[in-house]
Amino acid sequence: RCCPLSLSFSSYISSTQFIHSSSSSSSSSTTPFISITPMETINLCCDHITSPISKELHVLAVDDSNIDRKVIERLLKVSSFKVTVVDSGSRALQYLGLEEDNNSSQFDDLKVNLIMTDYSMPGMTGFELLKKIKNSSTLKEIPVVIMSSENILTRIDSCLEEGAEDYLLKPVKLSDVRRLKDSILKSEGAEIRRIQSHKRKRNNDRLPSSVACHDLSVPPPSPQQPTPKLARL
Amino acid sequence: MERNQMQMHRQIATIRKSLFDQGYLDEQFVQLEELQDNSNPNFVEEVVTLFYRDSARFLYNLDQALEKRPLDFSRLDSLMHQFKGSSSSIGAKKVKIECTHFRDYCNARNTEGCKRTFQHVKKEYTTLKKKLEAYFQMSRQAGPIETACRPR
Repeated sequence: RCCPLSLSFSSYISSTQFIHSSSSSSSSSTTPFISITPMETINLCCDHITSPISKELHVLAVDDSNIDRKVIERLLKVSSFKVTVVDSGSRALQYLGLEEDNNSSQFDDLKVNLIMTDYSMPGMTGFELLKKIKNSSTLKEIPVVIMSSENILTRIDSCLEEGAEDYLLKPVKLSDVRRLKDSILKSEGAEIRRIQSHKRKRNNDRLPSSVACHDLSVPPPSPQQPTPKLARL
Repeated sequence: MERNQMQMHRQIATIRKSLFDQGYLDEQFVQLEELQDNSNPNFVEEVVTLFYRDSARFLYNLDQALEKRPLDFSRLDSLMHQFKGSSSSIGAKKVKIECTHFRDYCNARNTEGCKRTFQHVKKEYTTLKKKLEAYFQMSRQAGPIETACRPR
């Protein structure tokens, strides 16, 4: 899977047709070689750097209706999100509070990337939950989406004013979730590129010598080669 | 055997189509079907079963609330709002429409109107439940479509 970093690698690789060749060759000329495509070479080195990207985005969904919880969970899973579902605003805050306690880079798995909450819930409404999240120094960066069966302009306005990312009319559809994912990925992508450039600086000397891309430090052969050399793993 | 199954599948498709044509179901039901796959082969029926369970509870509470004098219109409206939400989530089109009529009478604080439309809500719900139960039972009997289409 491509990451922003690998795209720049791949364009470099494909233009030079550079392939790693084994130094300790004890075989005859008829030994079968395994060809490595440039993309495979990239994935080898990218795995060390891009693990935060290959992780799924984690959504916390809040709804008091069993049916709606089941449906939203399925909608999100089908769209490749990791999902946690709770039945009330207070349980949502509990979950987010627990996550706060564990807030370190080790617990990236639990990090919530998006909160989707029903508006009309007994006890704490979705609107009240939204306000609590946006007023929390640790939670306010998490995008919050409101879901409601009611198309009331004043309600929509106040939710957006309180900082809601979006207001979805129920029943929520796959197309709504896809659209949401695109917009979250865009903002996450910007954040991850920032992290990537930081990690790349740290990882530069830590790549194992057996990994092909380590040889990128060696000047690549000229692009006019008639056939690419095949590499042996 | 194979021909029989194909006939059953054709029948099921016809029944399904009529549920949409006659306005019992809307687009949301199709959305649920789209969420069903090999990893979740009974998703639609599971959601509908949850709906029956929730509906039994809502309708019972509404019945009870409608016995009280004077009527607590705010509570009636809140209960019906939840029931309407569930109906909407499975694509129960006619049921949803009757729920809206009920809420209109609630807002108008019209006791007779509420009681009358509640009967309509129950009738539509019962009709839909019967039709869906028959539809799913038939689908189970016919088995997965792949079996019917496997070439000899």
